[in-house]
Amino acid sequence: MSAHDGLPGDWQLVVGLEVHVELATATKLFSASPNRFGDEPNTNIDPVTLGLPGALPVLNEQAVELAMRIGLALNCTVQPCTFHRKNYFYPDMPKAYQISQYDQPLNVDGYLKLPGGTHVGIERAHMEEDAGKSTHVGGSGGRVHGATSSLIDLNRAGVPLVEIVSRPDIRSAEEARLYVNELRAILVAIGASDAKMEEGSMRVDANVSVHKPGTPFGTRCEIKNVNSVRSVGRAIEYEARRQIDLLENGDSVRQETRHWDEGDGRTHTLRVKEDADDYRYFLEPDLVPLAPSAEWIQRVHASMPPLPAQRREHLSVATGQAADSEAVVSVVERGQDHYVLAVGHLGGDPGRALVYVKEAFAEEGAEPRVPAIDIAALTSLEVDGKVTATQAKAILSEILANGGGDAAAIAAAKGFEAIDTSALEAVVDQAIADQPDAWTKFCGGDGKAMGAIVGAVMKATQGKADGKIVTALLNQKKG
Amino acid sequence: MTTAFDIAAAVRAGTTTATELLAQHLATIAERDPDIHAFNHVMVEQAQAQAAAVDATAALGDDPGPLAGVTVALKDNMCTRGVPTTCSSKILEGWRPPYDATVVDKLRAAGAVAIGKTNLDEFAMGSSTENSAFGPTRNPHDLSRVPGGSSGGSAAAVAAGFSHVSLGSDTGGSIRQPAALCGVVGVKPTYGYVSRYGLVAFASSLDQIGPFTSNVADAALVLDVIGGHDPHDSTSIPQQHPSLVDVLGQGVEGLRVGRITDLPPGADPDVEERLEAAFEALAAAGATIVPVQVPAFTFGLSAYYLIAPAEASSNLARYDGVRYGLRVEAADTNAMYGVTRAAGFGDEVKRRIMLGTYALSAGYYDAYYGKALKVRRLIHDDFERAYHQADVLLTPTSPSVAFPFGAKGDNPFAMYLCDTYTIPTNLAGHPGMSVPYGTGAHGLPVGVQVLAGTLQEPTMFRVAAALERSLA
Amino acid sequence: MSDRISAAVVAKVARLARLDVTADEIERMTVQLDGMLEHFADIDALDLSAVVPMTQPYPLVNVLRPDVVEPCLDRDEVLAAAPAAEDGRFRVPPIVGMDL
Repeated sequence: MSAHDGLPGDWQLVVGLEVHVELATATKLFSASPNRFGDEPNTNIDPVTLGLPGALPVLNEQAVELAMRIGLALNCTVQPCTFHRKNYFYPDMPKAYQISQYDQPLNVDGYLKLPGGTHVGIERAHMEEDAGKSTHVGGSGGRVHGATSSLIDLNRAGVPLVEIVSRPDIRSAEEARLYVNELRAILVAIGASDAKMEEGSMRVDANVSVHKPGTPFGTRCEIKNVNSVRSVGRAIEYEARRQIDLLENGDSVRQETRHWDEGDGRTHTLRVKEDADDYRYFLEPDLVPLAPSAEWIQRVHASMPPLPAQRREHLSVATGQAADSEAVVSVVERGQDHYVLAVGHLGGDPGRALVYVKEAFAEEGAEPRVPAIDIAALTSLEVDGKVTATQAKAILSEILANGGGDAAAIAAAKGFEAIDTSALEAVVDQAIADQPDAWTKFCGGDGKAMGAIVGAVMKATQGKADGKIVTALLNQKKG
Repeated sequence: MTTAFDIAAAVRAGTTTATELLAQHLATIAERDPDIHAFNHVMVEQAQAQAAAVDATAALGDDPGPLAGVTVALKDNMCTRGVPTTCSSKILEGWRPPYDATVVDKLRAAGAVAIGKTNLDEFAMGSSTENSAFGPTRNPHDLSRVPGGSSGGSAAAVAAGFSHVSLGSDTGGSIRQPAALCGVVGVKPTYGYVSRYGLVAFASSLDQIGPFTSNVADAALVLDVIGGHDPHDSTSIPQQHPSLVDVLGQGVEGLRVGRITDLPPGADPDVEERLEAAFEALAAAGATIVPVQVPAFTFGLSAYYLIAPAEASSNLARYDGVRYGLRVEAADTNAMYGVTRAAGFGDEVKRRIMLGTYALSAGYYDAYYGKALKVRRLIHDDFERAYHQADVLLTPTSPSVAFPFGAKGDNPFAMYLCDTYTIPTNLAGHPGMSVPYGTGAHGLPVGVQVLAGTLQEPTMFRVAAALERSLA
Repeated sequence: MSDRISAAVVAKVARLARLDVTADEIERMTVQLDGMLEHFADIDALDLSAVVPMTQPYPLVNVLRPDVVEPCLDRDEVLAAAPAAEDGRFRVPPIVGMDL
């Protein structure tokens, strides 16, 4: 694993991730003002959001359901739970306490299975409210330091969050990336969150430590401000090397919170863990316990759509591609798997459809504009040898451009017809004769040399030759 | 025409007007409140508009509601839209809430006229109203003495005839004790009976709103209006409460009235004497007096003064100079918090914030807050056992009659002892009320406390009404 | 005076509670808090090992509200009540030394 990660010596990385996701509710966790991103500052406010004297929280039922969905999707036990107050002063935390779940969270003891099969344990997935946003004025680049004042927008205050805490089961930056991607795919699939890291509706903190196998885990640092999946990997890799450097120089790692700076690609000390972190948790007296009944949990469970892993498996079986292949993973991520399957149900070839969709439908959403029947017809033409892969691609472009179209008619209009094998053989022989050097290299084992000969065949046939057949012929002639 | 009942009936019948009644009260306030200082703010314009609206409704032949034209004074810890709500604290001085408390909405819908905001011990922390940042309220029966607290202004307002009725809040006795000291009826309902939405929190698991009235029937009438489920308060009991007005005449025959034999000592002889008279009156009215024990009663004070400050330390953390209220400027936000809160809170509030913060802090939680929650359970369970033997319990409300200003000196604990008999009820979540029962030393009013089990307000009111009748 | 609470602890608690206190106040508060804690020590004698803490006076569970938007407060009215506002936001002095 360390070789894979490029860690020096036999150092091993240990990572646990804490992911905050904003739930896709209409209103806030404890009040009826809108949960909406991007509105004018301080327009989504009510007495509860502002922490006005006398205001009282009332729990949002839909937030509970979405939090339960997350728990169920992560194979957690959904249990009776309570809310606590976490007391601390910060100007974007209006009541000077955050209502959160403490020793009795809603969801516990689950796991997330990465596409490669690795299980990452989920310790808990609990509900809490978000804080507002502070903007620092007068300093450089909106940073705290050097600011002359700060401005507080409370639109985000009270937005429902679920914090998903993994166990320290992640062993590489790549696994961390896979975890975040898979988690995001799950959250989107179950409608719990739009999970956009760039808008902050999904936020990742990484607890990173290093140790040598057979020794206890090292002192960990918490990395904050990781705002993209790519940064998750970069930040973890940087932090691991920083800690290893310290340890190999005989220094020790200090337990602290560090800030990932996307600009310089480093982590910087944000604050050292101190005794001052005394949050004086106590049971929130303004709320009552939440105890979802078995019937309620069952109803939520029954309403859950298939999860990405199940969908990848399904698509894999239908298309013959591996469940963790790039095509299957990305098409499921885009929510276009049902489309590929529909092509199959309409008599088309799901395998070819997977390739088309993967390559050409990146800009389309989960509901592509092109009728699946048109793609089904196209795959049939290709599979039946009526058009070549190259021609099929050209037809696909036209279908996409027009939002649909009859593949056979387009093929006819373009004068596409696959050249039969005997006619093709003559063209191939000619191409070999024209390029003796390339042929010699190809026969000598240089696979890349084949490209020049295939190119000549395509040129001679104006792209009508089927690349696969040409390749087969060349291999056959090579002997 | 002295009861809210009669007044509402007259306004509904058109024989008097809300405007006329209000004018009388405003005149009385103008004359006597400078001496008494029951009010932090008199809502002249809003009250006149509200009275006019009630009169207009009645003139159209429509029903303005069960409290038509009844003037209500509101403790200044209940939010009133656009009207200053200060909690008698410098930290909220001048703050005008952008919303109304649920009780204010309900009163208005019932035709009541909110007449003003009454003085209190800062953030309802105290038993004499001496802790107000805006000066104390004086007892209408003797201006050299306290009205009790923390709802001293609301108690004094009814006692002085400034309003027909008033609302207070009771966290450890803050309605019942001043009711006793001012010679009026004061009720602390079952926790969850009246919505807390819009009541500025002191200790969330203990606070309840309730009425002050000059007679038991009015208290029943007001509670019938302000009680009931509120979807804005998660701790509000989701059911309709039976009318208390309907039970007043039912008498006490066959009821078991408990005498707590292990009640903590400390009540003055004049108070004990009136309590005995109350037992005798109820026995004469057909009730049976039964001895009961509530062993954990005596631990109420300790549990309360760990739990209430703990919750308060968190509830009062929001006064940070950011969104409303006082700010003392400083170089950075953290420094601003410290100077703002130091300048905005009075000594007693600071003391309780300190005590509560300490009781919750790492390393001390189990020894203090955690332990107090267990004692709370003991107290609750002991009461529940007692209510198997008795339908109601009778105790003194306050250990003494109204005391002179400054009598408790600098010793906070001496003041805390004023609530010895009221606090355990809040911890248990049960209802309790104080009924004026004659006078004691210096001819000052004495109150008797009637306690009952969860949602046993009807029984409690039957007993209170019987006590009242026995004096007539 | 017993030593249930020290001046150092009182000073720390005051910092946690964001209450600026003078040395005199710390001294006075230490005496007062210590006195109170001594009074409250009567509960130390109780055997509470089998007692379940009571946190709710009236036991309710699953109190929920539908996810339906209701009108918001008016921003101008709210900001007018704030000690300082700018650009539709609450303004505070620089936030230093308290990054979270």
